[in-house]
Amino acid sequence: MRWPVSLILGLALSGVFVAAALLSFFWTPHDHETMAIADRMLRPGEGHLLGTDHFGRDILSMIMVGARTSIAVAIVAVGIGIVVGVPLGLLAAANRGGLVDEVVMRGNDLVFAFPSLVIAILITAVFGPSAVNAIIAIGIFNIPVFARVARGAALPLWTLDYVMAARVAGKGKLRISVEHILTNIANILIVQGTIQFSLGILAEAALSYVGLGAQPPTPSWGRMLADSQTMIALAPHMAVFPGLAIVFTVLGLNLVGDGLRDILDPRLRRAR
Amino acid sequence: MSLLSVRDLSLAIHGTPILKDVSFDVAPGEVFGLVGESGSGKSMTALACMGLLPNGSKVGGQAMLGDQNLLALPERRLRDLRGREIGMIFQEPMTALNPMQTIGDQVAETLVIHGVARRTEALKVAREKLDRVGLGAARFPLTRYPHELSGGQRQRVCIAMAVALQPKLLIADEPTTALDVTTQAQILDLLRGLVDEAGMALMLITHDLAVVAGIAQHVAVMQSGEIVEAAETEALFRKRAHPYTRALFAASEHAPERTGHPQIADTVLEVERVVRDYALPRKHLFAAPGHVRAVDGVSLRVGRGESVGLVGESGCGKSTLTRAILGLERLQGGRIALDDIPIEAPHVAPGTRRRMQVVFQDPYGSFNPRHRVARLVAEPFHLMGRVEDADARVEGALEAVGLQASDKERFIHEFSGGQRQRIAIARALITRPDLIVLDEAVSALDVRVRAQILDLLAQLQGEYGLSYLFISHDLGVVRRVTDRVMVMQAGKIVEEGQTERVFSYPEHPYTKALIAATPRIPESWHEEARSNGVG
Repeated sequence: MRWPVSLILGLALSGVFVAAALLSFFWTPHDHETMAIADRMLRPGEGHLLGTDHFGRDILSMIMVGARTSIAVAIVAVGIGIVVGVPLGLLAAANRGGLVDEVVMRGNDLVFAFPSLVIAILITAVFGPSAVNAIIAIGIFNIPVFARVARGAALPLWTLDYVMAARVAGKGKLRISVEHILTNIANILIVQGTIQFSLGILAEAALSYVGLGAQPPTPSWGRMLADSQTMIALAPHMAVFPGLAIVFTVLGLNLVGDGLRDILDPRLRRAR
Repeated sequence: MSLLSVRDLSLAIHGTPILKDVSFDVAPGEVFGLVGESGSGKSMTALACMGLLPNGSKVGGQAMLGDQNLLALPERRLRDLRGREIGMIFQEPMTALNPMQTIGDQVAETLVIHGVARRTEALKVAREKLDRVGLGAARFPLTRYPHELSGGQRQRVCIAMAVALQPKLLIADEPTTALDVTTQAQILDLLRGLVDEAGMALMLITHDLAVVAGIAQHVAVMQSGEIVEAAETEALFRKRAHPYTRALFAASEHAPERTGHPQIADTVLEVERVVRDYALPRKHLFAAPGHVRAVDGVSLRVGRGESVGLVGESGCGKSTLTRAILGLERLQGGRIALDDIPIEAPHVAPGTRRRMQVVFQDPYGSFNPRHRVARLVAEPFHLMGRVEDADARVEGALEAVGLQASDKERFIHEFSGGQRQRIAIARALITRPDLIVLDEAVSALDVRVRAQILDLLAQLQGEYGLSYLFISHDLGVVRRVTDRVMVMQAGKIVEEGQTERVFSYPEHPYTKALIAATPRIPESWHEEARSNGVG
């Protein structure tokens, strides 16, 4: 089977940043924490490929280390969403129309009702700004997304004959949910996961931008943007490169999500 | 002078040959029946005439409508012809209408698109057409939405759309297959009437020989993309010249040979005055929730080795009753017992559940597509704890249903519909049950495959002393395979008795109506075929 172009392009784009994050554990062009005031705001070129910031730190090194933060925060946040949200969605679907369904879904609505970033700011403001609190805040808002997707995909499956056959075979709701439902909605969840992953990176950048994400000196794309904004006329490269990093990572992950959906969704597969 | 004249039509899709040398004529004012099993190419023939073939199609030959070759026309001209000269009706009325548009707009749309009328005038015509198809203005204003209509009513809307511009040719692809028998009879009457009064030609595509017998003047029988026999209907039915035609007739009338000896006195399943209500949503906050009674005081019993039929139209409660018998529905009254052990949903002891299994209608939806056959067939072992010889029993069950032991390593999508139904039977057999509920188990199958499955069921009944509860809307099949039959209407059993007695001398008006509505091939046509030694 041929892979869709979007998947290849997306994997290539996001692969670059994952590779950069992994590489940063062993090697960066310069130490990302070393300040050199004399070399501040150097233009991209000789010695510093992407230039330096207002403390003279190497921007390429900071972007590489910042990728670590972004990817780690997004992975754990999506993980929280899947681990908590999917079982909730399956539980709601197994008890569709019942009290449990109602409670779970209205709880979801409650979380959905608040603008996610505002609540994330609230959480980090109350518990103090840190990468861990950012992860928790973003993770909480992934829960209802996965719960809804899981429930929505599971509902039509519950009316299928093979689920009925499993019930006739005496299998309970839990067992059917794991054995028959989860295996058949996994593809949808994978696609949703990649899209949430890119949203997680965006959310982390946004929280860091307002100073509630990872704290200095840990570099973060969002804070690099925030630091650069007062100097944007003097040193535009300080804003452009972390901005591009965010754009390309998010674009890449969205393309991966689209491509995976094309491959995994049998309805789309037939149409192609 | 023929209206549509198809000559040497051939079709290949992505290099796979689909049709070969298909030739036929349809005269104005006549009904032309195109009969065949699924995959024989009958729908593709119709789509070729409409220019609606899928991508990657290569067509040859010609299809002349008047003096235009439909196969050579550009898309723009075809678009003009569709709706104006050729109308089409599809099988599934539930999905053929746009759920977001009123029925009036949808019928009027045909006129507006072809520039025949402006919207207001088009709506007037739509009103007339809906009146004509039996949807009067009082009960069916133009502002109704499709979801407010039943399947038969929606099919009438589809017909009104198709005939809005009085096309010369109407193509109907299995127009009544998704409908109940009484509705089917009404829709066929309507089509017949439209043909008679407008001089329109109707090309009726169906798998059902009896439907064609009652309505078509000419019939063509298709097999694997070719027309194997074509003649005037009565002549074809009497002669049955081609071996395939004969095989089709034999299969559709096939009565499997029963080898078992039912011990009717020994009750396996007993259902006593069972009631199942569903709550309706409250009308307002303080109103008591309403109820709809899906099953209303039903009693029945099935003896050991006996086949009992349960017939009724969709919505009569037979599916709910099935689920209740299988212990999947809570009851509001009455009692169900298997060998005197009560079945009370939702907690039925595994040992009791083991003794009744089920085979469903849809061979495609009955299996988890991600599991291998071995795991699918072994699923009911869940009821029996650890089974020592599980592998051997799976292999045994597969062999008992006419498959091979090695098939257990394959995935379900590698099997045809008939084979899947065999696997479903294997899954039902694996716990060595006393009772198998066959919920429309052969309704989705082609006649020849159906005949094989019915034979298999009869043979297994003899070998294992199984009892069958045979639930179906197909009266013909029920008549040939059951000992006793019950007729269900609106949650109640209105008539029951020995199958032959009920079908030959029905007492209840509803049973009479059902039997009268069932299309059948005139007895005299059979007699000649039999006397010619081919029946």
